[in-house]
Amino acid sequence: MSLEVEEGEFFGLLGPNGAGKTTLINVIAGLARADSGAARVMGADVRADYRRARRMLGVVPQELVFDPFFTVRETLRLQSGYYGLRRNDAWIDEVMHHLDLTGKADANMRSLSGGMKRRVLVAQALVHKPPVIVLDEPTAGVDVELRQGLWRFVRRMNREGHSIVLTTHYLEEAEAHCARIAMLKDGRIVALDSTRNLLGSFSGLQLRLHLDRDALPAGLPGTLLEAEGAQFRLRLANYAELEEALARLRQARVAIREMEVHPPDLEEVFLRLTGRGS
Amino acid sequence: MNRFATLCHKELLRFFKVSVQTVAAPVLTTLLYLVIFGQALEGRLEVYEGVRYTAFLVPGLVMMSVLQNAFANSSSSLIQSKITGNIVFVLLAPISYAEFFAAYVAAAIVRGLVVGAGVLAVTVWFVELRLQAPLWVAAFAVLGAALLGTLGLIAAVVSDKIDQVAAFQNFVIVPLTFLSGVFYSIHTLPPVWQQLSHANPFFYMVDGFRYGFLGASDFPPLASLAIVFAFLLAVSSGTLWLLKSGYKLRH
Repeated sequence: MSLEVEEGEFFGLLGPNGAGKTTLINVIAGLARADSGAARVMGADVRADYRRARRMLGVVPQELVFDPFFTVRETLRLQSGYYGLRRNDAWIDEVMHHLDLTGKADANMRSLSGGMKRRVLVAQALVHKPPVIVLDEPTAGVDVELRQGLWRFVRRMNREGHSIVLTTHYLEEAEAHCARIAMLKDGRIVALDSTRNLLGSFSGLQLRLHLDRDALPAGLPGTLLEAEGAQFRLRLANYAELEEALARLRQARVAIREMEVHPPDLEEVFLRLTGRGS
Repeated sequence: MNRFATLCHKELLRFFKVSVQTVAAPVLTTLLYLVIFGQALEGRLEVYEGVRYTAFLVPGLVMMSVLQNAFANSSSSLIQSKITGNIVFVLLAPISYAEFFAAYVAAAIVRGLVVGAGVLAVTVWFVELRLQAPLWVAAFAVLGAALLGTLGLIAAVVSDKIDQVAAFQNFVIVPLTFLSGVFYSIHTLPPVWQQLSHANPFFYMVDGFRYGFLGASDFPPLASLAIVFAFLLAVSSGTLWLLKSGYKLRH
């Protein structure tokens, strides 16, 4: 695959489990070595120029990992030292403040809740103020309140010029935050476009019907996606087709028990592209 | 703080925070060896003329704890980090494989020396011991701890589970230390076993270290030092190569 994320972008990496999102991130972060090909962070090759590449990069790993021997502050000081930074306390305090960790600064990592540990992981990725931040499934298993706080902080970092690369299962998160999205499947990119274009290219409506009988009248516009008993799912091109569909149902004297109309969402785009939808 | 110093500092903090387990426990174990073997064999064995058995035994026990604890430090720290996954914090940072190696081995040396000093501090109450050649003592202690710290790194890198590291420790490190002449002089052994002892690198470390205290040894100390140094060089080169390859660390 070939992929370039622009400076300052908020980029989404989507795909089902096993699509290769984490592998791709591991190659960029130097945690895994690619059999062939090259990866660069801000122009620095991740192998030949690994020191510069790693200084440019902050990664929030997917797994909730921590070192049980240390407190939050010790963890962040050590992490700063790994990047050759001394006297980094002012920045550490600021990051802890924004992530609501100040009250836990001297608590041992072991004693923190899962959500708090996740915040420390984010803080660890930011100790060296990297221009590129990679968040691998950052909200997995995180409560709503923290999720919102985390997004506020990440969006702020993005506004301040940091490039953000996000992998997520939650499509609504990608839809809400990412300006551009790559969809991965089996290690290949199946779609790469701005979020707006991706949604636009799948224009149309989805109509769900619950009727008083098991058969649809003939001559209905659109494509039938799913039929189960008296329930049907159709894809329509536009609202004119919706009007036509309703007129046909009325002509055939079919009663509608329930009806829903959906604009396209990323989930539908995703399912169609990865070949799991109808 | 530079990267090497930070990683080394982290490794030291790790064992100091649990020093009851990492320092006090091995000191107590060694003291038990002294009490039991010293009591049982005192007066029955005279290894070198005019040297009491306990005076012979103590330097060997000190060196044994230096070696075993140096191994334990690097191996248990790295395998725990690998298993819990927090090794990722070090791997994400711009730390070179050489800095990584140096930090783990330096911390292992410190742990070995701290435990060794602890054992010595406790045993001097039981045995009259004179430091004849402190430089030999220091040289063998540092090189020996470095060698075992390096072996500990290898064990942790190639292992996927704690059991595998434990197996390495129980089936390789412990037998080699016990058969290195800590409790006896190899000259009291049948010729075949004497020959085999010369193939054991731990023998040279213990024998050379003991020379620093007693001024007497089974093997010329300078030759022992050269052999230990050569082993260290070979094992370190292998470990550096292993770390550079990213084997089982950067998949």
